[in-house]
Amino acid sequence: MRRAAAAVATAVLALLALPAAAQQRAIPLSELMSGSAFLGADLRSLQNDDFANPGMLWIERGAKLWSEPAGTKKQSCASCHEDAKTSMRGVAAGYPRIDAESGRLVNLEGRINLCRTRRMGAEPFKYESEELLAITAYVARQSRGVPLNVFIDGAAKSHFDAGEKAYRLRRGQMNLSCAHCHEANWGKRLLSETISQGHPNGYPAYRMEWQTMGSLERRLRACLSGVRAEMLPYGSPEYLDLELYLAWRAQGLLIETPGVRR
Amino acid sequence: MAARIQVPASTKRGEVVEIRLLIQHPMETGYRRDDVGHLIKRNVITLLSCRYDGVEVFRADLSSGIAANPYLQFYTVAGKSGELELYWIDDEGKQGSERQAIKVT
Amino acid sequence: MKRREFLAALAGSLALPAIAQETGLDPAAVKLANGAPLKKGKVTLTLPQLADNGNSVPIRIVVESPMTEADHVKSIHLFSERNPVSNMANFYLGPRAGKAEIDSRVRLAGSQKVTAVAVLSDGTYWYDAAPIVVTLSACLDES
Repeated sequence: MRRAAAAVATAVLALLALPAAAQQRAIPLSELMSGSAFLGADLRSLQNDDFANPGMLWIERGAKLWSEPAGTKKQSCASCHEDAKTSMRGVAAGYPRIDAESGRLVNLEGRINLCRTRRMGAEPFKYESEELLAITAYVARQSRGVPLNVFIDGAAKSHFDAGEKAYRLRRGQMNLSCAHCHEANWGKRLLSETISQGHPNGYPAYRMEWQTMGSLERRLRACLSGVRAEMLPYGSPEYLDLELYLAWRAQGLLIETPGVRR
Repeated sequence: MAARIQVPASTKRGEVVEIRLLIQHPMETGYRRDDVGHLIKRNVITLLSCRYDGVEVFRADLSSGIAANPYLQFYTVAGKSGELELYWIDDEGKQGSERQAIKVT
Repeated sequence: MKRREFLAALAGSLALPAIAQETGLDPAAVKLANGAPLKKGKVTLTLPQLADNGNSVPIRIVVESPMTEADHVKSIHLFSERNPVSNMANFYLGPRAGKAEIDSRVRLAGSQKVTAVAVLSDGTYWYDAAPIVVTLSACLDES
């Protein structure tokens, strides 16, 4: 009986793993390195300091917002989801994902706003607003230490393919794609910095250059600006597709939110 | 202004207690420029004070040379059980404060 | 006559304050001591050798002192030789501090030497200085 159950479990796990194995990985799973591995010792220890990590200021705010009623229905996140530590554990690791109701691909920010508009009768938070950063970071923090694991099959397949294309598309005055730096040249020096593999597992993150907390999309926009390409507006479908591809690319990396990055 | 204080949960009389403080504040230097090139006005926390049951035990003058979202760690001697009050003010005159009970056995 | 006067005036204007010139001390630190001797010792300033990012560099200042009513650190002053604002911070302690130690995170605009000066209750001035390499400068390398 037990052996049969184990066999079934193994088969199910194998099926779940199949979509990932079917795609070619430029960086094998065993060679994945989080952005924090490319930090100096000082910033890495700041990230690991649960008190002094500046991102924790936003997470504390997020914890307060979690229980604040809002909108016409006067509900808070807690009204449905109760204690985030239990209800949100592992959630961020599955984003971006397809929203069942609309069939659209959403990231964590988008999901939070969908909850606000659909369930709370509240206004969506703007990208990079203190509130959205706070709640997104708070929710992602509940998945700290959980490996990234997104689905790229079914309705998500077309988004994944679009994301991969976007990753390899040359852009901007410098005519570079994401792959040129983060696939072909990670580990090498660019001016005074070492190019990372470009993974999203630390976001929302406190970035030294911004001297504040920022979303993954803000970081993507900064990359676009860096190659002198046009920055698409926040929430653009192209970013979402790219976020899905990045999450797949980083499969198995542990969520580190709030990350500290340069 | 959001802030966090960390003080040991309890301490013995006469012990030297570590106080850690993290304040959410941009500490705008006055040297940065906005999207159209205008200088963003300087706004930093200029004064920070720590009182233990009303008596000042620590004070700091800060400048744009202190990093954004300032972090400070300093010490005080545990006397009676009481309250630590941290107070700060920035260039715009905005004041912030945080209170933390200090339990001394 | 005129040429000699001119050369003497030129030499005078180029001369750094005597103490700073002899010892390589931060002029702002010398100014704080206001003529009193500025001695190296008692103070330990700890900075990384290479800053990850000039926007947030961890710093620790420790001053050896019994921190009693009779013998304690009154204040600690931090100076930068390259930042636009040279007096980075001042910390005021006293016997109730128990320990003369400050940890913080600072901004540094380029590779430089940072100096910490402690003023003791007996009126003496002590200092330590530490060099640091900063590749991504605060204040200057802004995006």
